[in-house]
Amino acid sequence: MLVPSLKVQDLIEEIRGAKTQAQEREVIQKECAHIRASFRDGDPLHRHRQLAKLLYVHMLGYPAHFGQMECLKLIASPRFTDKRVGYLGAMLLLDERQDAHLLITNSIKNDLSQGTQAVQGLALCTLSTMGSAEMCRDLATEVEKLLLQPSPYVRKKAVLTAVHMIRKVPELSTVFLPPCAQLLHERHHGILLGTITLIMELCERSPAALKHFRKVVPQLVQILRTLLTTGYSTEHSISGVSDPFLQVQILRLLRILGRNHEESSETMNDLLAQVATNTDTSRNAGNAVLFETVLTILDIRSAAGLRVLAVNILGRFLLNSDKNIRYVALTSLLRLVQSDHSAVQRHRPTVVECLQEPDTSLSRRALELSLALVNSSNVRAMTQELQGFLQSCPTDLRADCASGILLAAERYAPTKRWHIDTILRVLTTAGAHVRDDAVANLTQLIGGAQELHAYSVRRLYCALAEDISQQPLVQVAAWCIGEYGDLLLEGSCEEIEPLQVEEEEVLALLERVLQSHMSLPATRGYALTALMKLSTRLRGDNNRIRQVVSIYGSCLDVELQQRAVEYDTLFRKYDHMRAAILEKMPLVERGGPQVDEEAKESKEARLLEAAPVPTEPQASKLLDLLDLLDGPSEDAQHPRPLDPSPGGALVHLLDLPCAPPPAARTEVPMASSLLCAPHHIPVLVGKWVH
Amino acid sequence: QSSTRHDTAQSEDTQQQIIRETFHLVSKRDENVCNFLEGGLLIGGSDNKLIYRHYATLYFVFCVDSSESELGILDLIQVFVETLDKCFENVCELDLIFHVDKVHNILAEMVMGGMVLETNMNEIVTQIDAQNKLEKSEAGLAGAPARAVSAVKNMNLPEIPRNINIGDISIKVPNLPSFK
Repeated sequence: MLVPSLKVQDLIEEIRGAKTQAQEREVIQKECAHIRASFRDGDPLHRHRQLAKLLYVHMLGYPAHFGQMECLKLIASPRFTDKRVGYLGAMLLLDERQDAHLLITNSIKNDLSQGTQAVQGLALCTLSTMGSAEMCRDLATEVEKLLLQPSPYVRKKAVLTAVHMIRKVPELSTVFLPPCAQLLHERHHGILLGTITLIMELCERSPAALKHFRKVVPQLVQILRTLLTTGYSTEHSISGVSDPFLQVQILRLLRILGRNHEESSETMNDLLAQVATNTDTSRNAGNAVLFETVLTILDIRSAAGLRVLAVNILGRFLLNSDKNIRYVALTSLLRLVQSDHSAVQRHRPTVVECLQEPDTSLSRRALELSLALVNSSNVRAMTQELQGFLQSCPTDLRADCASGILLAAERYAPTKRWHIDTILRVLTTAGAHVRDDAVANLTQLIGGAQELHAYSVRRLYCALAEDISQQPLVQVAAWCIGEYGDLLLEGSCEEIEPLQVEEEEVLALLERVLQSHMSLPATRGYALTALMKLSTRLRGDNNRIRQVVSIYGSCLDVELQQRAVEYDTLFRKYDHMRAAILEKMPLVERGGPQVDEEAKESKEARLLEAAPVPTEPQASKLLDLLDLLDGPSEDAQHPRPLDPSPGGALVHLLDLPCAPPPAARTEVPMASSLLCAPHHIPVLVGKWVH
Repeated sequence: QSSTRHDTAQSEDTQQQIIRETFHLVSKRDENVCNFLEGGLLIGGSDNKLIYRHYATLYFVFCVDSSESELGILDLIQVFVETLDKCFENVCELDLIFHVDKVHNILAEMVMGGMVLETNMNEIVTQIDAQNKLEKSEAGLAGAPARAVSAVKNMNLPEIPRNINIGDISIKVPNLPSFK
């Protein structure tokens, strides 16, 4: 006894009636069981209905792969109703990754060659959506034939299918290039649209094709001119503009053909000027055409006057009240910033104003463009604006803004002090959003600016005293205080107000960092090492420091514990070496302008950067060191290889077996690398602590 | 609920994720902002953006790459919606929910393989009407047996009299419903 199957609408009602996710699943599972059964032995007349239900269920996210074979059967059926659903199913359920997809090739072939218009349309649609390379190769001839079919409906679909085929199998360009000339004479807009898309695809793939199609520039100009002047077809007009879609496509193609080609550019000059000045910009359609025109003018070898006009149009659009227009203007200007930098610079004030947009799509664009407009003459002003933006910008833009500012600062910093100030400000405002290498970069920058050590350590101390929550800032400050603690206590520095700091205050601050629950393990590592370094920089006795170090010897964090124990040993057994080991960092040479992306991700790599160039000879010395450290009797030789890279040498040793030293990477000061990747702390050092 | 077409091969999970993320991004948008959205980690990377238009309770979202004209797509969405309106006669949300396949069919007449095929509303509607007629006529022929059965079932047969009065020969013929 056959249970009458649900109609699609009934199923949808049932599903919508389900009150919980679980209920919905139940309904669907039950129905899928019906569908499966009906696929097996059901009425072929209703197969299309079963598949339609399955496709609905698929849309909701449930598995529907068992319907794939049914698609095949339905496509092979002579009924249009069946084919319609079958082809839709093929588009939704089958793709290149399924082996089954090749099986419809034959059906498509039959439908293309013998089907009615509607059926041919279905087949072409499916082919252009999910046709794999093999399918395209097999069916190229059929599609080529259809380009000559009397029905414009079929021809327009065939043209677009050809585009898809060329994308999948570039060699088919030779098949589809010759018909283009004829197709351009078509009056049917759909065919023209497809043909122009086809020609663009061909030109983008082959310089020879590009050359070939330059011949049609006059023809294209004529078509566009006709569209502009006759306004004949109200059917195609959108808000009074004749077929803006076709106009835009033609302008695109003209752009491709006119690029770097004087003659073609000349031919289109007048037309472009005409469009640029006569287009009605009160509605969206007109603006779409105008924008495309502007982009084309700026991309080809246009007359200088025309270029100026184009950029000015963009500038005007930046001030338009319509947000969409402003968005597109920003996007277009971004495209131009490389080629027409000075022209775009003129609009910098407006762009900067757009940073204040509440709409994140717009402010994002404005940010990108602003960053692209920074140069050595406007860097101070621009950075000021961007810093202001950073304070109030939405969270998803913060990281980009922060790294943008840091990058710009690196490229165009007028003075080192300005550079340090800028980075400091970014770390204070948006410390949580900066990239990992910001800390390394700043410590390196400070390390390399000897004249600014006193200034830096003071500013960082003050910043730290105010706020110990921003981790990158804390890490840099801790490092700095450790390195230049003596300068901090000296009291006077010409660049900044005099600051009277007591030893005890400094130690207390570092201890606070150590104890704070806001501090990351890496940060605490920095703080501990800084304390240790201060034992040689400060004049007082080291009891307090020794106390802290010994307390942390039983810290639960293994990394911190290990460090503390080592430092403790340094006090107890190797005190005579302490000064040498904790010596000030030498000036490290900078590697490249910007750190490698890999370096950012791989902490190991960063440790390796610790070695100054060249690394090869160093490695062998370090290997010696490895042997040396094994026996206490060879302690005396320690100081030699430790200079010039004390802490780093120890770290470096451990990484030798792990990976080879990288070629040219940004150097990182020793101490920070020691602290940055706690789990790489040498087992070797552990050997000290017998 | 959403109706989508993906023109590049992606796993089903990814497709669903994309839909969820799109919904999340678009529904967060204010009323007073532009119609373009970027970001979204799953939508093919930085070259792609979402262009959407809001009609009553519905969002129509197109995901495009940089080769499409943004303003042009806005007009395309408008044409699509107007076409839906013509085909469904004052389209409403329920129409789209209960006739998802029809929506697919209409879209297929406008966009093919990720490229714009036809923007002339009359052409599209003419084509859709022709195809629908074709389906109806096929359903007509195929559905005949089923309709006959249901017609007979629903016939209102009067009681056949137990004893026929031979004098009165006028037998009343039941009023059969006509086949349509």
